[in-house]
Amino acid sequence: MTVTPVTATARPVSVARALRFELVKQLAPGRVRLLILACWTGPAVAVILVSGQGTLPSDTLFGRQMHATGWAGALAVLSFAGSWFFPLLTSVVAGDVFSSEDRLGTWRHLLVAVRSPRRIFLAKALASLAVLAVCVPGLAVSGIAGGLVAGNRALTGLDGHQLGPLDAAGKLLLAWLCALAPVLAFAAIGLLASVIFGRSPVGLLLPAFGGLGMQLASQVLPMPAAARVTLPSFAFLSWNGLFTSPPQLGALVAGVAASLAWAAIATALAYRLFMRRDFTSLAHDGSVRRAITLGIAPLLAVWALSAAVAAAATGATGSGIDQAKLQSSLATAFAHLYRVQGHEVNHLNVTEAQLRVTASCTKGSGLVADEGPGNDWRCTVTWHLPGVSDAVGQAVYQLDVSANGRYVADGDGPNEVNGYFVVRTPYGTAPNPLWQFDGLVDLLSPTSKG
Amino acid sequence: MSGLCTVRARGLTKLFGDVVALDEVDLDVPPGLIHGIAGPNGAGKTTLLGILLGLAFADGGSLELLGAPAGRGRAVPDGVTGFVDGPGLYPALTARGNLAALARLRGPGAPTAGVDDVLDQVGLTDVADDKVRGFSLGMRQRLGLAAALLSRPRLLVLDEPANGLDPAGKRHVHRTLARLAAEGATVILSSHRMDDLEELCPEVTILAAGRVTFSGPLGKLAGENGELDYRLVTSDNDAARRVAAETDGIAVLEDAGGTPNRGALAVRALLPALDRLVPRLVQARIAVRELTPVVSPLETAFLALTERPESPEQGPTAQESTESREAGR
Repeated sequence: MTVTPVTATARPVSVARALRFELVKQLAPGRVRLLILACWTGPAVAVILVSGQGTLPSDTLFGRQMHATGWAGALAVLSFAGSWFFPLLTSVVAGDVFSSEDRLGTWRHLLVAVRSPRRIFLAKALASLAVLAVCVPGLAVSGIAGGLVAGNRALTGLDGHQLGPLDAAGKLLLAWLCALAPVLAFAAIGLLASVIFGRSPVGLLLPAFGGLGMQLASQVLPMPAAARVTLPSFAFLSWNGLFTSPPQLGALVAGVAASLAWAAIATALAYRLFMRRDFTSLAHDGSVRRAITLGIAPLLAVWALSAAVAAAATGATGSGIDQAKLQSSLATAFAHLYRVQGHEVNHLNVTEAQLRVTASCTKGSGLVADEGPGNDWRCTVTWHLPGVSDAVGQAVYQLDVSANGRYVADGDGPNEVNGYFVVRTPYGTAPNPLWQFDGLVDLLSPTSKG
Repeated sequence: MSGLCTVRARGLTKLFGDVVALDEVDLDVPPGLIHGIAGPNGAGKTTLLGILLGLAFADGGSLELLGAPAGRGRAVPDGVTGFVDGPGLYPALTARGNLAALARLRGPGAPTAGVDDVLDQVGLTDVADDKVRGFSLGMRQRLGLAAALLSRPRLLVLDEPANGLDPAGKRHVHRTLARLAAEGATVILSSHRMDDLEELCPEVTILAAGRVTFSGPLGKLAGENGELDYRLVTSDNDAARRVAAETDGIAVLEDAGGTPNRGALAVRALLPALDRLVPRLVQARIAVRELTPVVSPLETAFLALTERPESPEQGPTAQESTESREAGR
C-alpha cells in the first residue's frame, strides 16, 4: 500500500471560473438560447411588420406614431418590454438560477466542486446579470434596427414637440439606460424568490406575477404619486418624461433610484438567506411565512421609505394628477400639434406663442373633484387664430388619464380642427395630428396654475 | 496518529433539532484504504459523509481531513471530493460536457485527470456525447464517479455508489476504486450491499442510531461474530457429513440457514473448528469444492449489532427520526 503524505490546503474555485460554469449551465437549455435569439431578432421583425400594418397599437405608448417614424417603433418596443416582457425575462433568467439546482438535486455537487457558498452566490448572480446583459441590449439594438428600416424620421414627443432623428435616438438610448434600473430590481427579486422558494415554481413565477401585480395595483388602487413612482414597475415607464420639453425628470429620477434600492436590498436579502441555508436537506420548497417575513416585508419597507423620501423631496401629495397640470399639459401639446397640423394642411408657419393656447378641464361633468386619473375628463381648448385679430378658436377633447400620468386626448369637435381626416405628410397620408394624441402629466411636479 | 490518517474524527456530534444524528463518532481512516460505512436507514451514514464533504458541519467534536482541520468556517481541503444522495449532474449537458465544465471549473493549476480518461475508467466512453437526460441511474452513478475522479482525489467519499449498477457497471466501479486505493487515495463509501462492502473494504464502520457500534478490519468483525452457518460442498457429501459430525465444534444442520441445500452440507461452527474440519476432510480423501458462509460475516455482524428489540411503549427514537429525515433526501 502506498502511503501518501497527508497535508492539504483549502482552495475554493475562483469567482471567474464559477461564473463560467454557471454560464455553461444557463446556456445549455434550449429555452435560454431561444430567448436570446428572440431578444435580438424579435423586436426588429415586430417593428417592421407592425409599421406596415393598417392598424397600429395605439394602446402602447408611441404606438400610434409607428407609421410616421421608425423611432416610434423602437420606443413602442421599450414600452411593451417594460409592461410585459422585462418581468418575464427576469423570471426566466434570475428566478430560476438557484431553484434549478434544487430541482436537479445538484447543490451538494456544486458545493463540493466550488467549496464556497459565497462564490457560488456571486457566480450565480453575475451569470444572471450576464444573460440579461446580452438580452436587454439585444432588444434595444433590434428595436432600433427595425425602426431604422421602417423610417428614420422626426418623432412627436409627449407634449407634441418635434424631435429630430438624432435627438430621438439620443433620448431613446437614455430611456433604455434608465430601464436597466428596474430590470436590475426585478432580477434581484427573482434571485430572492429563487433562494426562498427552492424547487417550488413560485420562485420562477414571482418576478412575472410581481410585475403584473405591481402594475395592477398601480392602476387600480388609489395611492399617492410618490408611492406610485417608486414601484419598480413604474420605473419601466418613467422614461416617458424624457420625451417632453422640458423633460419631466422628477419621476424618472425617483423611479430609477428606488429601483436601484430594491435591487440592492433584494440581492442582500438573497445573499443572507443563501449563506444561512442548510444544505443537509435535499428538499427545499420554501414556505409562505418565510417569504413574507424575509422577502416581502423588507421590500415593502424599502418601498415605503423610498416613497417617503420622494414625497419629502418633491412635496408631491395625492395622485399627482390635477386640473391645473392637465390643462397646462394639454394646452402645450395642442399648441405644438396645431403648428404641425397647420404646416401639413395649410402650409402655415405659426408659432406656439402666437396661438396663446389655454385649456379648461373638468372631471366627471363637475360631479366629482377635478383630480385623479379617469376617462371622464373633458377639456375645452382655446387659442387665438393666427392672422385674424381677436378671433379665438375652441376645440373639445375627451381625456382618458391613466394613474401613471399618461393620457390620451381624443378630439370631440369641431371636426375641421380635431376630427378624423387625413393629411398629407412627407411619408404619405396620416390621420389629423390633433385628432388623437398622447400626453403626459408630471406626477411629482408641484401643482401649476396655468 | 493523526499524521498518518486521511480522516481523523473525534467525538463528532450532529443534531437536527432534538434529534441526534451523530453521537460522539470517532473515525480513523489511513491513506490507501477503502473504508466501508454500514448501518440501517437513519443510522447517520449520509450525515457523516456530508460532514466529510463539507456539506454540513458537526455541532461537536473535531475533524481532520488530509491533515488539515475541517469544519465550520473552513473550506474542505483540496483533494476531497465525492457525492452523497446520488451524483449531481446537469441533464441538458452531455456526459462529456458535464465533465469538461467541471474540469474548467477547477482551473489549470489544479490536478485534473483527462475527461476521456475518466470516462474510460467508468466505462462510459460510448455514451460520452449523449445528454445526461437519457441516462439510467447506473450510468449517472458511474458518471458521478467519473466527475469525482477528475480532481485526482486523495479522499473520495461516496454514498451508495453501487446503486442501480448492472454487473458490468459494478465491475467498472469496483476496479476503479481498487486502483484508486492502490495509488494511495482513501475511499470512504457507504452501502446497504454487504457483499459490495466485503468485496471492496478491508475495514468497515458500522453505525446504529448515530453511534459507532463497530469500527475496524473485517477479519476482526468475523472473529467477534461467534458461530456462523457455512455451506460445504465436497466430492462425497455423505462421507463429509460423517467427518463433520465427528469433529469437535461442528454442528451439522439440516439446511443452510433457509437456503435450499442442493448437493451441499450446512454446518455451524467457529473459525477454529472449520480449520480443524478441512484437514480431516482431506485426510479422508474428500475434496472440498466450496466452503462459504451462508450469511456473510459482515451481514451477520451488521444484524447482530444493529437489530434492537421492539418496544412498543417507547416513542420515536433518534434513529427513527433521522431515518424519516434521510428518507426525504
